[in-house]
Amino acid sequence: MKIKIIIPVIIATFACVAGLSPLATAAAAAPPAQVRIDQLSKDFEPVEFDHAGHVDMVGDCGECHHHTTGTSAKDPDCMRCHSSGATSERVACRDCHAPDPFSADHLKTTSEDRKRYHRDLLGLKGAYHRSCTGCHEASGGPTGCLDCHQRTEAGNALFRAGKYAPAPTDKASGH
Amino acid sequence: MSGISRRKFLTCTLVGAGATALSLKTTDAFASAKLEGYPDSMGVLVDLGRCVGCRSCEAACNREQQLPPPAQSFDDPSVFDQTFFNGQKRRTDEKAYTVVNRYEPAATEQPVYRKSQCNHCNEPACLTSCFVNAYTKTSEGAVIYNPNICVGCRNCMIACPFNMPAYSYSSATNPVIKKCIFCYDTRLKNGLPPACVEICPQQVMTFGHRKSLIEIAHERIKARPDRYIDHLYGEHEVGGTSWMYLAPAPFEEIGFDTTMTNEPIISNVKDFLGTVPMVLAIWPALFTGFHLLATRKHDIEQHGDDHSARKEEEKKS
Repeated sequence: MKIKIIIPVIIATFACVAGLSPLATAAAAAPPAQVRIDQLSKDFEPVEFDHAGHVDMVGDCGECHHHTTGTSAKDPDCMRCHSSGATSERVACRDCHAPDPFSADHLKTTSEDRKRYHRDLLGLKGAYHRSCTGCHEASGGPTGCLDCHQRTEAGNALFRAGKYAPAPTDKASGH
Repeated sequence: MSGISRRKFLTCTLVGAGATALSLKTTDAFASAKLEGYPDSMGVLVDLGRCVGCRSCEAACNREQQLPPPAQSFDDPSVFDQTFFNGQKRRTDEKAYTVVNRYEPAATEQPVYRKSQCNHCNEPACLTSCFVNAYTKTSEGAVIYNPNICVGCRNCMIACPFNMPAYSYSSATNPVIKKCIFCYDTRLKNGLPPACVEICPQQVMTFGHRKSLIEIAHERIKARPDRYIDHLYGEHEVGGTSWMYLAPAPFEEIGFDTTMTNEPIISNVKDFLGTVPMVLAIWPALFTGFHLLATRKHDIEQHGDDHSARKEEEKKS
């Protein structure tokens, strides 16, 4: 509930300060303290991502945001183009990583466009998980599914867990 | 032998030789024809190095295809330790059209998880082997089947090089084949990715046109040669498959059959089957000719000259 209040307040504040250009606002904006990730809200409860905590912990925005936040890219391959360290207008994950990477429309604009350099880009869900778990594995952070998001009732039904768990048997099935 | 029968024999031989030549040409044409699959076929690129073994894909498949409940929860990792018969890992069955198995190859520190399901071949052996024509390869790339036509002969289970079709052994009255259909009915034909692809948190699977997936796969290998085995499994195997795999460890160490040829399974029998009509049509005529020839010699030896024999007969009458 708290986050629902915080986000509009932040947006309103910056809208007032910067006034005319929303893009300039985004680029100059202070990072959000919390981000609500609710892409999987059918099977999983939304995640209230502690952005401020991760900023303190990691320090370097480029660890997650690549070259978009003004830091130079880490990967030598990426540095061929992204070495200038200019702040990008689009910083949020979903600005580049599409929530629906396999929709017909998106396939047309990305993977079918053979001239596009970044046509093999992860979708939003893949980008979150691969970025988070990769780092968590290396740094000893939580890596279990339920460590970050709790399942909804539909999620329990999907995984046949909780009250939907099958009755235990001695013999494993499969054949 | 009279003049007329000799003429007949020669005609038969000529016709036979001509037909043989034609048939041989036809079989050659069959053998050289290579199907590359439908041009706009969709596919899935499975990057096994990304899989963490969460089994969400198995759960999503179960929900999408409305399969019966499993024996264990989908979040139970103990299934990876299960083995059957001679140490065989779990396989697809009537309750599960896709399964994930764990492998521990020497090349990687982490275990490698391998998802298996129907690979949706460009030239499916199951389709070829089905004598009631229950199978269809759709233009979207899916290999689907009509359970109402299936007679439950299980030829396709023997024909499939990947051992993917399963059988509803539990049904006493109407057992039929059960396998992954690329979520054709509910998703693929509407332009949507299959349920397993959509739910995967790690984006192990990339859905797209098969042609661009092949390009993307080779780009990934090129960009990170240390991370991938330099081979796209399914690009050429058994004539190509719609589902293709990239792996961080040698394919044979993570449950793949690497002894497969690049020829479709049907090529093993195409040449032979091409000769069947030729044999049926020409051999009777050819061997009747040989028989007549052989009998003629025999007759001459026994009765001497044909004409003198006939004259004798005429005299008698």
